[in-house]
Amino acid sequence: MAEFRLPKNSRITRGKHFDAANGSGNTRTFAVYRYDPSTGENPRVDTYELDMDSCGPMVLDALIKIKNEIDPTLTFRRSCREGICGSCAMNIDGGNTLACTRANDEVSGDVKIYPLPHMPVVKDLVTDLTNFYAQYASIKPWLQARTPPPPDSERLQSKEDQELINEPSACILCACCSTSCPSYWWNSDRYLGPAALLAAYRWLVDTRDEATGERLDELEDPFRLYRCHTIMNCTQTCPKNLNPALAIAETKKMLAARKY
Amino acid sequence: MSLRSPLGRVLGLGTAKDGTSHWWGQRVSGAALAILGLWFAVAIAGMPGYAHADAAAFIGEPLHAVLLMLLTVTMAYHSYLGVQVVIEDYVHGHGLKIASLVLSRFAHVFLAVVGLYAILRLGIGA
Repeated sequence: MAEFRLPKNSRITRGKHFDAANGSGNTRTFAVYRYDPSTGENPRVDTYELDMDSCGPMVLDALIKIKNEIDPTLTFRRSCREGICGSCAMNIDGGNTLACTRANDEVSGDVKIYPLPHMPVVKDLVTDLTNFYAQYASIKPWLQARTPPPPDSERLQSKEDQELINEPSACILCACCSTSCPSYWWNSDRYLGPAALLAAYRWLVDTRDEATGERLDELEDPFRLYRCHTIMNCTQTCPKNLNPALAIAETKKMLAARKY
Repeated sequence: MSLRSPLGRVLGLGTAKDGTSHWWGQRVSGAALAILGLWFAVAIAGMPGYAHADAAAFIGEPLHAVLLMLLTVTMAYHSYLGVQVVIEDYVHGHGLKIASLVLSRFAHVFLAVVGLYAILRLGIGA
């Protein structure tokens, strides 16, 4: 059956408290999920009280401050700090988003930071995305065409054609959407999830691609595609304001259009 | 432990090349139920009383009996499709899943036939 409670060794305990206010009147408390597989201990939530006068505006700034000044063992992924690499995707204040583009001021009360939901945790805020990346690879995210490209130029697209792929190709594969989806939580072994389906749609509507039929064949499956029950957490949580739910609905319509 | 590659696991047994008719069937039967359900609510509200004789008189009208039978069959079909999705979502043991799907199909056909029999019996008169 589906799991509605965390396994015993995943249940969260109360952690340590670090007071780093330094006498400042402007403080914020950050509650951060901590898990170290090498200790054999259950995950815990540590709280850090930070002096906000010496902290940058984003949640990622606070995490970096904690790692630099208080606790160097805190582990998280980050790279570009401007919302284009997708590395720092995590669950902040109950919603999946990028730590680098979520301002501390947007969160009321304590800032609660957890790893992406329902994923195996490698350490602290780092989750194992192996399956997620394999699902992306499975949809063959590259151009497939039998017509050879013109010998002296690129494959051309009209402005209207380009606009079809403009938004879906802006996905940064941060996994916020897929890990916010209950259908993905229960069936991520067989359901491709909104991110991979948005990527598939990006190639379905690419006017240069000639494998549309084969791509639809590969998606037409009760689990791969039709586990989507239009819950729409994906669209609500996407930190890039993309619309995976619409892409999935359009894919279902394409499958219906070629059948009826 | 399996050393199968992550991509190999995702590709699994391949695609079932199915699901579109299920998706379409759920939507078409849903649209039919919206119409039949509305008729049913209005018709029931307009009945003079709810005694056995009132029900027999209501179902004795051929149009009422036909619409009621349509409602029964469509509801059972729509409900079967919905319950199937719930089972596939939440029941993960393969044996238990197959057993639940078969049991659900039996139950829905049984309930539909019970409904049809009741309508016929009251409508034609026994």
